[in-house]
Amino acid sequence: MVEHRPLSGIIAYVILTLGVLIVAFPVYLALVASTHDAATVVRGNMPLLPGEHALENYYRAIFVGGSRYAREPVGTMLMNSFIVAIGIAVGKILISILSAYAIVYYRFPFRKTAFWIIFITLMLPVEVRIYPTYKVVADLGLLNTYGGLILPLIASATGTLLFRQFFMTIPEGLLEASRIDGAGPFRFFKDTLLPLSMTTMAALFVIQFIYGWNQYLWPLLITTQDSMQTVVTGIKKMLTTTDELAEWQLAMATAVLAMLPPVAVVVFMQRLFVRGLVETEK
Amino acid sequence: MANVALRNVRKTYPGGVEAIKGIDFEIGDGQLCVLVGPSGCGKSTLLRMVAGLETITSGEIDIGGRIVNEIEPADRDIAMVFQNYALYPHMSVYNNMAYGLRNRGMAKPEIETRVREAAQILEIGHLLERKPKQLSGGQRQRVAMGRAIVRHPKVFLFDEPLSNLDAKLRIAMRVEIRRLQRRLKTTSIYVTHDQLEAMTLADILVVMNGGMIEQIGKPLDIYRKPATTFVASFIGAPPMNLLPLARSSMIGGTGSLKPDIVVGIRPEDFVIMAHEPPAGGIALELTVDAAEHVGAETFVYGSIDGGGDVIVRVLGDGAPPLGSKIHATAAREKLHLFDGKGRRLAES
Repeated sequence: MVEHRPLSGIIAYVILTLGVLIVAFPVYLALVASTHDAATVVRGNMPLLPGEHALENYYRAIFVGGSRYAREPVGTMLMNSFIVAIGIAVGKILISILSAYAIVYYRFPFRKTAFWIIFITLMLPVEVRIYPTYKVVADLGLLNTYGGLILPLIASATGTLLFRQFFMTIPEGLLEASRIDGAGPFRFFKDTLLPLSMTTMAALFVIQFIYGWNQYLWPLLITTQDSMQTVVTGIKKMLTTTDELAEWQLAMATAVLAMLPPVAVVVFMQRLFVRGLVETEK
Repeated sequence: MANVALRNVRKTYPGGVEAIKGIDFEIGDGQLCVLVGPSGCGKSTLLRMVAGLETITSGEIDIGGRIVNEIEPADRDIAMVFQNYALYPHMSVYNNMAYGLRNRGMAKPEIETRVREAAQILEIGHLLERKPKQLSGGQRQRVAMGRAIVRHPKVFLFDEPLSNLDAKLRIAMRVEIRRLQRRLKTTSIYVTHDQLEAMTLADILVVMNGGMIEQIGKPLDIYRKPATTFVASFIGAPPMNLLPLARSSMIGGTGSLKPDIVVGIRPEDFVIMAHEPPAGGIALELTVDAAEHVGAETFVYGSIDGGGDVIVRVLGDGAPPLGSKIHATAAREKLHLFDGKGRRLAES
């Protein structure tokens, strides 16, 4: 929209600035809290400027863990979260691109039915099927394993739908040209479909990485060992203490650390993804 | 190099729709055969059946003495140029052309030689490293042809390859395709709905309608002696005038002709306001409704009293004023006579 009314421009910026402040302030507060010692944070009137304990707090958070309770350091939790988030993102891309390929390009009996069954799982997010899923995972002996953390979250239809929609925009001619060029189903998939899907894969990766990273309920349910905890559940556990003061400065440091990987993924993938959008032509 | 023969080829879709209703023809080695017809006549389906992209319900397709009905497209020794080019968007021009050869396991130096050779023929040598979207429509068209040429196939298949180009480029590419085909001497099948393309390119012209062949022959023979009223109105622009005999006053008696006969006269066969035509000719009194000035010639649209529109070609840019009455006459030997079912009468 191109308009030349200075007033509306100013108003837009004021509202935008307010919005950004509202969103960014808690993040800033967490950042500040992570640089003070426990006493300052607990006293109740948080300073608005960073303190001097940043190095100490982050060092403890990453390598040592909470002082009085033997707790895993954040380093381990971050690693767990990272493995889980990558596992979910990659697994989901793999499963959905293959199932979408089958649904779009193969004519087999009950193709429509298969599609609708996949589609219906959209109505059943993890939370809804959490009890049966828990039972299955427990029976398979996957409690406290990466497999148990990752597998149930991979199975969902969003990715399949996304790829299906994308594949349907690829001109039929490309498939036919491939057939004449002697490319079988696998070659067509590898040489044509995969390179063209890069953008979609990047988008799905960003979404699924953050989805996996932010999982709370499921990891909380199936991890009982601290060594398998993800960072998001870990933060919560840091704050539930029975007779001690919660170490807020460490929890905040952990929160800040937990924020970094998703931010990094968004920043890095965004570039790839915009480049993809600009370069590919279907 | 190869002959292509279609023997009683039929295609019925699962829903029961019969798209191709028994096609028979043969293309000699090195000839360019054009399939022409209105949209939905089955010409593209037929081409895709030759390519192997559509299954054949019954009949035989024979390429170079081998029945290819059950053979995969890649193994039929054909190459196809698609209407929308179907270039791989993520591959460079070079890779687009080399892809099919690589899939066949051809040695690298041989691929290189073939691609360079094709690029030179098509004058796209300087574009080899580009991606398709960095090319203009005409260049993409050339790449698509290059992809076909490098294969050294027995048969080229063209599926309306020029319809996405602008008018000027279309004419230029048309000439080029013709030249290329002559040079490579590769048997070709070319599908188009453009009768001008069909006329100028074809060694053999196949006019299709409703899944069947209306007429097959050399372009000029078809133009001069259309076998049916459909062909008469499809080949030639503007189309041949078709009038029921009852509406046109034949000079010198109708002889043995039945009254349900249709008379066809090409717009250029009319002479305006001339002396009476020789016996057996036709004379029409027309009211001028409109005139189209093309430059070198003018098409006059007139109507006969009692209904019936007629197009008359006049050389130059002189046209009678609108609303005026003219007399258009045509000699007996210029008339095409069709029976009530639209078939050409032997005597005409």
